[in-house]
Amino acid sequence: MDRTLIATVADRPGVLTRVASLFRRRAYNIESLTVGHTERPGISRMTIVVDGLRTDARKVAQNLEKLVDVQDVQDVTDRRLILRDLALIKVRLQSPETRSEVLRIAERLHGLLVDMCPHTAVIEITGSEEEIDMAIEALRGHGILEMVRTGQVAMVRGDPDPKVDGGHTSETLRANGRQGGTT
Amino acid sequence: MRRTGAEIVWEMLKREGVEIVFGIPGGAIMDTYHPRRDYGTHHVLVRHEQSAAHAADGYARTSGRVGVAMATSGPGATNLVTGIATAMMDSSPIVCITGQVRTSLLGTDAFQEADITGITLPITKHNYLVTDIEELAGTIHDAFAIARSGRPGPVLVDLPVDVQKAETDFSAPSGATTLTARNCPSPDPSAVERAIELVRRAHRPVVLAGRGVLLSGAVAELAAFAEKLSTPVAVTLLGKGAFSPSHPYYVGMMGMHGHAAANHAIQEADLLIALGMRFDDRVTGNPSSYALQARKIHIDIDASELDKVIATDVAIHGDLRPLLEEITLRCQPTDHEDWIRRIDTWRDESKAHDALHQTPAEELPAPHVVNEIYKATSGQAVIVTDVGQHQMWAAQYYATGLASSFLTPGGLGTMGFGLPAAIGAQFARPGDEVWAIVGDGGFQMSLHELATLVQEDLPVRIAVINNRSLGMVRQWQTLFYDRRYEATDLLNPDFVKLAEAYGIQAYRAADLDEARSAISRARRVQGPVLVEFEVARDGELSHVYPMVPSGAALDTMIRRNPVGVGAATRRSRWTAR
Repeated sequence: MDRTLIATVADRPGVLTRVASLFRRRAYNIESLTVGHTERPGISRMTIVVDGLRTDARKVAQNLEKLVDVQDVQDVTDRRLILRDLALIKVRLQSPETRSEVLRIAERLHGLLVDMCPHTAVIEITGSEEEIDMAIEALRGHGILEMVRTGQVAMVRGDPDPKVDGGHTSETLRANGRQGGTT
Repeated sequence: MRRTGAEIVWEMLKREGVEIVFGIPGGAIMDTYHPRRDYGTHHVLVRHEQSAAHAADGYARTSGRVGVAMATSGPGATNLVTGIATAMMDSSPIVCITGQVRTSLLGTDAFQEADITGITLPITKHNYLVTDIEELAGTIHDAFAIARSGRPGPVLVDLPVDVQKAETDFSAPSGATTLTARNCPSPDPSAVERAIELVRRAHRPVVLAGRGVLLSGAVAELAAFAEKLSTPVAVTLLGKGAFSPSHPYYVGMMGMHGHAAANHAIQEADLLIALGMRFDDRVTGNPSSYALQARKIHIDIDASELDKVIATDVAIHGDLRPLLEEITLRCQPTDHEDWIRRIDTWRDESKAHDALHQTPAEELPAPHVVNEIYKATSGQAVIVTDVGQHQMWAAQYYATGLASSFLTPGGLGTMGFGLPAAIGAQFARPGDEVWAIVGDGGFQMSLHELATLVQEDLPVRIAVINNRSLGMVRQWQTLFYDRRYEATDLLNPDFVKLAEAYGIQAYRAADLDEARSAISRARRVQGPVLVEFEVARDGELSHVYPMVPSGAALDTMIRRNPVGVGAATRRSRWTAR
């Protein structure tokens, strides 16, 4: 089963290399890895999905935490999660019928038509991994020319209890006495 | 005050308490070398950069402080690699400072350019390429903090020439500048609770003491624990010195060439208390048949070591010393007399197999050599080994009870470590007697450091255990590879003459009497000295025993035949592996 980890890391050159080097050296199987800026300047956030059957997610997290540039890591798999993946799919439009069929599929799957030429269309789909898999499956019959997916990003849902800190995971980790840094 | 990058390096080293640096200058680090004498830091000019890293490592292991190595860019930096990897595997805190081509040339394949931060990425705790002089002081400060914190290890700082030459207004960094200082993890109280419960319920407990006991400064706490709970203690190769070998609860070294009693005790135990060790494959034998009757408690400062090789019942992430103190305090004294007596029978049984209880034939056996050094130095010397058979004999027969006094490259198994690490050790402990016990194979991987010994007039005593072969590989060839001695016989130089060519006094010993007198003469020499021991290459006493064959259960040991029985019988099930 896939496990989803969120890592907050320093936004410094070479951080991705250090993370990738760790995965290679320890032979970890990574399903996807995304990096992006966060609400905090100088801090990037990685969403890492590992194959939990072949790779021990705890070991991934513990080894990531040893990297100086990594502030903290949390396995959020069992939390209430929002998981999103984005795909851009370019399909061939062979005839007016295909064209309307493709548009219909896009609409049904809450896709956006982001580009339209006489012979091709590009559809953007955002959703869970399964939703995107479904869209690809539905469009495959019409000839997918090109496709790219971002990999998953994850965020823990807010808690109805006002006492629970709805912010980022690092606060809870700090409260437990664990700090980013090195071991 | 205006300072150049080079001056900031020495200023910061001084502030970190560094008194000595091992290295070799070159084009891209000359600027840093230039102001060195103004700061009074001693520089030891080694003969190969690998030795600079090993010497820094040896210094760190014996002093408990951070060792420093310096090298130029390109080949100077890449030559450090083996020494850095050695320090990484054995958690030794060193900082390596390397020169680099100027920033405008980075990435252009300039003369003597090597991507050393890329190369050392997986073998350092962290590394830095400093491209801005404003970050230099803070970076060096952080490098030392990282090297010595938590589980110690190597850090590399790469300095382009223009950063060394640049000037800035120097101000000392206050506290950690680019990282949160690492706080020690607070151990999970419920895990501590469960550990105490397991300790209380155990009937056949064994403590497994690793290098973490030494690094955490928990030697006294371990002794207190063992005594209050009458618990036998086995040590790892790197844990030697964590528990006194003269203590009745000392079981010996565990593992592939460990003491048989220790391996039996582990396999028969109902509780293992693993302290600051990492269940290396040389320690466990086959992990699927390892200590199957035992519950396991594992305490380590590095969370990633917990449940890595051996599944635990209780894993505690934390600093050993306060944890051990707390557990000892909260446990009632116990008595495991039957268990200790059982271990004693294994120990007694081992005596018949012991090389020292066997009469040496004409040729000098290496275990006897180590034993003679042990007796002559009353177990008080700092011992530095290389890698191979002599290393295991040194571990088995130099029963040191002193912390940080047995240095061996256990994790990486680096031949060539012995002599340069002994140089570092002698600088760290100038008043102590330092013996480098090396094999003829490994010695020739770093014997150029004889020149460094002379240049620094260091009284390191070198014992070359010469069996004219790469003995450990040869032993495997004898036992598991049909006695095909592929590339293991060495045609050696005359080591005595060689030492003399360097201006080093040297002696040769070929039997036990000669060995005794050579050791005693060597101990009276003021400067460096070398003794070559011509030991047996073949025969019963030329093998390291006991031996757990690679991949076998820990108590499946090949033993030396007991006294009175003929040559060791080969066990056919372990041939042709």
